[in-house]
Amino acid sequence: MSRRSRAAEPDPYSFGSRPYDLVKEFTIALVAVLALSIALAAVFSSPDKRPVTIATWAKADSADFTATALAELDGTSGTAQYGPPYNNASEGQKLGPVGLANLMGVTRPIDTAQDFVIRPLRSAAQTAIVSSAVARYTAASGAQQNTWTGNYSNALDKANGDPTKIAPGDYGPVPTMLTALLAQARAGSLDGQLLTESGVFYQTDYTLPLLFLADGSYLANLAGQDHLAGTQWGMMNETGNYPGQAWLWLYTFWYQISPYNNSTNGDALVWGTMAVLSLVFVFLPFIPGLRSIPRYIPVYRLIWREHYRDLRARGGT
Amino acid sequence: MSIRDRADLVQPGESTEPDEAAGWTAAVRRRLVRELPPDTMLPDTQPKYVASWIYVFGVLTLAAFLVVLGSGAVLAIQGPSWWHTSDIGHFFNSLHLWSVELFMAFMVIHLWGKFFMAAWRGRRALTWITGAVAFLGSIGTAFTGYLTQQNLDSQWIAVQSKDALNAVGIGAYFSPMNFGQMLMWHIVLLPAFVGILVVLHVLMVRRRGVVPPLPLRDRPAEAEPGTASEAGREAEAAETEEQP
Repeated sequence: MSRRSRAAEPDPYSFGSRPYDLVKEFTIALVAVLALSIALAAVFSSPDKRPVTIATWAKADSADFTATALAELDGTSGTAQYGPPYNNASEGQKLGPVGLANLMGVTRPIDTAQDFVIRPLRSAAQTAIVSSAVARYTAASGAQQNTWTGNYSNALDKANGDPTKIAPGDYGPVPTMLTALLAQARAGSLDGQLLTESGVFYQTDYTLPLLFLADGSYLANLAGQDHLAGTQWGMMNETGNYPGQAWLWLYTFWYQISPYNNSTNGDALVWGTMAVLSLVFVFLPFIPGLRSIPRYIPVYRLIWREHYRDLRARGGT
Repeated sequence: MSIRDRADLVQPGESTEPDEAAGWTAAVRRRLVRELPPDTMLPDTQPKYVASWIYVFGVLTLAAFLVVLGSGAVLAIQGPSWWHTSDIGHFFNSLHLWSVELFMAFMVIHLWGKFFMAAWRGRRALTWITGAVAFLGSIGTAFTGYLTQQNLDSQWIAVQSKDALNAVGIGAYFSPMNFGQMLMWHIVLLPAFVGILVVLHVLMVRRRGVVPPLPLRDRPAEAEPGTASEAGREAEAAETEEQP
């Protein structure tokens, strides 16, 4: 950038000037936007669909709750297999050769069997049968635990997820534990227990209950009914007929097409793509070719049409 | 009269009592007066070519931003749960939502307008950059707002977005399922970030002035920031010569 070319930039006021009241314009704009916002709020209101609790989930779909709790217990749930930042069960997604999630490590350790099943059962007042079931399970070897949970999982599948229709088998203490956990959940105490597991009274971190909900299919079904699923342009939508985060359209768009929607590194690929596009957007003035696009698209002729008309009237180019 | 000429009117060196005081405070004062002279910050004239409705969307964006801040401040008075149990609270939540929708809509139109004006010309690249980063920051602010609604939508957005944030390592320290963390980002950190950028952006617009029209020639030329291309210089010089 030379000093000579900088000096060639014309002064805006050398094109002529006209009276302008900046404060008046801003005041009018503020009043107009406030009035428009009030009118939209009064006419259309805003959505507020009640959140799902562990209790409403357990009451509405006890089979899904039980299957999810079993998956948390035997380490096959989405959270149990997640990887960083919750555990080391997998490496996490990669962007090319770089595994950023793995680099950041496990910052929010979660043991799904302990955090979602065993500790909540232990922290509540239980009958002697339940207490001994928990003690028997935790004292057993890993292989024995896997046998019990594997058998129970197969039996649940055959019974279409209904614990009351399961045939007798070698399930060990698992049915007793999951029945007790379901009762706790339906009573509403599991919601509170998952929030206070870290032993603090004041709590604003909903990671545990939300991960537990997300591992089941109940929350996803509700989201699908409200066109919030990933295949429905996901979280840029809002419950009901509201505009939502329409400005996320480009981000959400990538999830609808290949290779993003069928890659095991899809999220990382979308973020990588959006990071590049965001940098292009921010540094557009310095990118040859792209910064010249406005000269090829005659929108500027419309914007400055009065200026060009005056110029022509005075014999300019 | 040019912006620089107008600025010179209030230069300390030209006043009847030169500002020659010593110390950091005086130095900052002299710098502010030199860089941000009052008649440039609050002008009562503007370039003649500023004659299109597209220019209104900048000030509309600013106005909507204030409505967003105001409605958010009202919601903050009684805490994030208030609007679920109060009709008045729900109205202010609606006001907050729709002012955000307007803010984003106005900003996008303003952005496209500035793009088609190649508004980064003439040492205005930083003005574009602050505006672009403010837009990205606004998306983050809105995102954390949706996370702190405390309803089904925020639950779903939290569990969905965690995968994307975790995939690139951000989730290790920025968890959308941590309501307290998201609320702090939404009502303190991100509004401050966007607010500071907006103030800087507006100051830069006032300091540099509104970008002059592109030369009306069909010859393609780079709209490089801080420079005038050969074709551009020709045309702009021709136009400038015609000005009084």
